[in-house]
Amino acid sequence: MSEPPALELEGLERRYGERIALSGVTLRLEPGQTLAVIGANGAGKSTLLRVLAGLLRPHSGSARVLGAQLPGETWRVRARIGYLGHDPLLYRELSGRENLVYQSRLYGLPIERVDEALAEVGLERRSGEPVRDLSKGMVQRLAAARATLHAPDLLLLDEPRANLDPAAAERLEPLIGRASGRARVLVTHDVDAALAETDVVLGLRGGRQAFALPVAELNRQRTRELYT
Amino acid sequence: MYSKGFKPLAIATVVAIAASFALVFFYAPLDADQGFVQKIFYVHVPMAIVALCGFVAGGIMAIKHLRTGDRSWDMRSYVAIHLSIILGTGVLITGAIWAKASWGHWWLWDEPVLVSFLIVFLLYCVYYPLRFSIEDPDRQARYSSVFAIAAGAFVPINFAAVRLAEAVTHPRVLSQTGGNLPGEMRLTFLVSIVAMTLLFVTLWKLELTAKNASMQLKSLRRRLELRADESAPAAPVRTTA
Amino acid sequence: MIRTASAILRKDLRIELRTKETVPAMTLFTVTVYVLFHFGLDRDSLDGELASGVLWVTLLLAAVIGVTRLFATEREQGGIDSLLLAPVDRTALFVAKAAALFLYLLLLEVVAVPVFGLLLLGPDLFDALPELALILLLADVGLAAVGALVSALAAETRARELIVPLLLLPLVVPLLIGAASATEPLLREGGQSEDLGRYLALLGGYDLVFVLIALGVFDYLLDD
Repeated sequence: MSEPPALELEGLERRYGERIALSGVTLRLEPGQTLAVIGANGAGKSTLLRVLAGLLRPHSGSARVLGAQLPGETWRVRARIGYLGHDPLLYRELSGRENLVYQSRLYGLPIERVDEALAEVGLERRSGEPVRDLSKGMVQRLAAARATLHAPDLLLLDEPRANLDPAAAERLEPLIGRASGRARVLVTHDVDAALAETDVVLGLRGGRQAFALPVAELNRQRTRELYT
Repeated sequence: MYSKGFKPLAIATVVAIAASFALVFFYAPLDADQGFVQKIFYVHVPMAIVALCGFVAGGIMAIKHLRTGDRSWDMRSYVAIHLSIILGTGVLITGAIWAKASWGHWWLWDEPVLVSFLIVFLLYCVYYPLRFSIEDPDRQARYSSVFAIAAGAFVPINFAAVRLAEAVTHPRVLSQTGGNLPGEMRLTFLVSIVAMTLLFVTLWKLELTAKNASMQLKSLRRRLELRADESAPAAPVRTTA
Repeated sequence: MIRTASAILRKDLRIELRTKETVPAMTLFTVTVYVLFHFGLDRDSLDGELASGVLWVTLLLAAVIGVTRLFATEREQGGIDSLLLAPVDRTALFVAKAAALFLYLLLLEVVAVPVFGLLLLGPDLFDALPELALILLLADVGLAAVGALVSALAAETRARELIVPLLLLPLVVPLLIGAASATEPLLREGGQSEDLGRYLALLGGYDLVFVLIALGVFDYLLDD
């Protein structure tokens, strides 16, 4: 039996009261592929990510994530989804290590995973310091460690390279980049960089799907239209 | 949706109110101690009973809302609680008038039932600020329902607690309503309760119908605006206020 | 679920130990109010009804502080998203928060009750202690459950600091009635309990009802 698609969305819709936050999102993403989500501010990119993460319910349409139907079956696949949003989701008063230990307890992971993850992002030395003492770049790296601690099959990334210098960004590549082999949904404003590492591109405009195309079929004119 | 059977209900309400008025003024005997003022009892107590039942009913409707996810139940719950709060204000006012006229004080702190009612009333007053400080409509409905359930459970517990702590019950009223009411008073009292209940249900249906209609109107208007937006994005669309 | 709740609880206790934001505030408040009463009541010592009332009302007001701050770390720092994303039972959050509040209240009382005994109480506190401890425990369970629920309800509202006391205080009136009535005879000279069973039953009943309600509805507060 072959693996189900990483994402199968059909007419996905999410409202905020009477306002449309997302509408008409229809696309398919195979395991290991990357989906780039582009659009102007407020176009619904972060909302889409939160819906896929199981943090928001779809109001209509259908969404299958890793084969599970949202929202009824979200619980089946929660352990396989990693979310790296704007908020690093770290407790500032606790150390990096303590944060990851907490995370490991939530996911039922062995304690050794924490040291592995700290090594993966190069933060072993400073793992004992409270997060509020770390630089933004370090916090981002720690957040990436948090998001991938449980070796998810699907990564949901909201501007993952914000605050990172090129060296740090490169360090995270095997974890959250193409090289990780994981299916990824990447929200970003850096359209050129996104297109370089993507298989499918979703363009959102005012919450509505403007297009969802394989990267090869995309022309730059269409992406520019999203931002007018 | 809500206006089914409204007319017979409204008619029944008017009839019941008229009947209860008639009974109160012409049938029920004059109280030896308090005189005419005692007749406020026929408004004050039914109002209190119906208000408390309204609160509990609001809680039950809130349970239905959470279980089914159907927002119309939240609307029903909101209106029930809203009306009960208004009735509650009436209870406190009529209670004060009655107290002042009969015993010379505007408020009686050593009347446990009155004080219990005040606590319930104060609790439910927080319903509005809680509800309207939450902007997301979905969340607003859910949180309001949670409150309605907790507060609805609170009503009986509160009265039980007060009853337990005070050996003395609300003497002037409850010793009368505790089955000691003479025949004429009992009949008048029962009819008053029926009238008050019917009034509550009628107003409840009325407000729900009005709210429902205005919601549908707003929704239609918004869809019209969106449709206009889509077909002619360059041209500004004028909507009437 | 218990494992998750204990993980959350440990995290919260660790943060509280570092920031020391809740328990010291509650304790300082309570002691200050007792001192105020000491001077303001113009009485050398209290007993019975008055003592019981002062003791309990002040504890309840201090509880408001604890309740307002209960979800503060979630709001300001990690956010509950990390919990919502994880494959765990979300009721664990309620259990953890209620347990934390329960512990904070216990810590508060360990300090505040002796202070009350010294500053304000006429009769000797020592005689009343075993029964008083039982009353405190039962009351704390109810306070913790209702407090956690109210805290979550008010967490997203803008006027949180106003709404918490307005919501919490009426809801705990039955608790106050039971606890104060039970404590009153204990704080009289001679300190014999009266009707203790009846009031403990009230407290127990209150605790049971509200724990069950809170467990039932809490999930809906987190669902989006």
